[in-house]
Amino acid sequence: MSTEVSEKPVVKKKEAEGLLSKRRKKLVSDPLNDDNPVTVQILGICSALAVTTQVKPTMIMAISVVAVVAFSNLVISLMRNLIPGRVRIIVQLAVVATLVTIVDQLLKAYFYDVWKVLSVFVGLIITNCIVMGRLEAYAMANKPYDSVLDGLGSGFGYSWVILAVAFFRELLGSASIFGFKVFDAIGIHNFPTNGLMVSPVGAFIILGLIVWVQRARTGYVER
Amino acid sequence: MRQSNTYIIGFSAILTMLLGGLLSLTAIGLKPIQEEQIALDTQKKILGAVMKLQEGDDVPAIYSQRIKSLVVNSKGDEIKEVDGAPVIAESVSIGNQFKLPPDKRIYPVFEYMSKDKPDQVEAYILPVFGNGLWDKIWGYIALKGDLETVQGAVFDHAGETPGLGARITSLDVQERFANKKIYDNVGALVGVKMMKGETGDPSIYGDNEVDGLSGATMTAKGVNKMIYNYLTYYQPYLKKVTGKNVKKPELGTKNTDV
Repeated sequence: MSTEVSEKPVVKKKEAEGLLSKRRKKLVSDPLNDDNPVTVQILGICSALAVTTQVKPTMIMAISVVAVVAFSNLVISLMRNLIPGRVRIIVQLAVVATLVTIVDQLLKAYFYDVWKVLSVFVGLIITNCIVMGRLEAYAMANKPYDSVLDGLGSGFGYSWVILAVAFFRELLGSASIFGFKVFDAIGIHNFPTNGLMVSPVGAFIILGLIVWVQRARTGYVER
Repeated sequence: MRQSNTYIIGFSAILTMLLGGLLSLTAIGLKPIQEEQIALDTQKKILGAVMKLQEGDDVPAIYSQRIKSLVVNSKGDEIKEVDGAPVIAESVSIGNQFKLPPDKRIYPVFEYMSKDKPDQVEAYILPVFGNGLWDKIWGYIALKGDLETVQGAVFDHAGETPGLGARITSLDVQERFANKKIYDNVGALVGVKMMKGETGDPSIYGDNEVDGLSGATMTAKGVNKMIYNYLTYYQPYLKKVTGKNVKKPELGTKNTDV
């Protein structure tokens, strides 16, 4: 992301906010670290455990979640003044479910192998607390553009964590990255793969380590 | 206004229609591509029973070159059409056929032709279908030209437990089936059985047995039953082919010889 854009003055009569003003940058960067949905808010753990045995499906899952969070934030934010308060949750759910189904159908058409592995979990994006949480907490009360940034932030925050987990799980569990045999390539042919890493328990351990490292660095304590 | 019942009902109705329309458009628009993918996946599965496919292989080309398909009925006779409509082996849904009684079903056969002699069958690939522990399981089992020895097998499942029953999709489990016999030493059909427990030692198992799945005995039983059942259904056809290929007493009569 280029940081220079924010400096270009968008001159308008009112105090027009830069496309990537400091506040808006924070919308994207906060969930990456200080307010990470997975490691700090502990949301979306279910899929973080389930899909992360290999990097490739994890990548697709990450892209799917980013797309769903960003788009549903956009749609809900556009409709926020029309949505009747009493049925807002079900409206959010309908929008999310529609987007998730579209993503699922697209994957089935263009990434059939990955779809076979991921289909169940893609469907479960609907219940991923990150998505509903952002809609309810942010998109219902903020403008579309900000909401998209907020969605992207949360999506990326989720993505880097599951990708990190997947990286270590595939590396230690299958001795490969993206299916490429890393250890064979550098001449270590007898690398002992760790069966624990292939099972969900391995994800718990790595996720725990990531949370530990992150909290040690940021000094975050749960109150 | 935004809180009135009329508004809420109206809003919900319009939203439902919009989202519903969007979904149907997506589904219809993507259907041709999805069907292509499914067909490709079937070809991959069928070929997977007899050879190891590499990433980047031109699957449709290999398939059209090496695979000859036909459909037989429960008596083992080849059929060209069902109810007046021509029948294509690849489009026969084994899952739908599974719901019919065995003698009413039609059975696809995929012949894997030899590379050097294009009219010699190297292996017969037969679809199998059955129940796992939680949901349906299916696959293909390939018999070598002698129709007694398994060349390879592939399995897939709808809802077996990852890490346990779902291991039937992994290559190391499927490879256990290679070179096993489907008849016992008196010539009776027994299929190939996954045993209870997993020893990791292939040498202790007989010609009709393979290592089991630790923690997934129920799925393994499902696999055994599925293989046995479908080999039974294909018996009439297999006997006919054997009679044609090899001059030796028919397999069925072997039983009475001893």
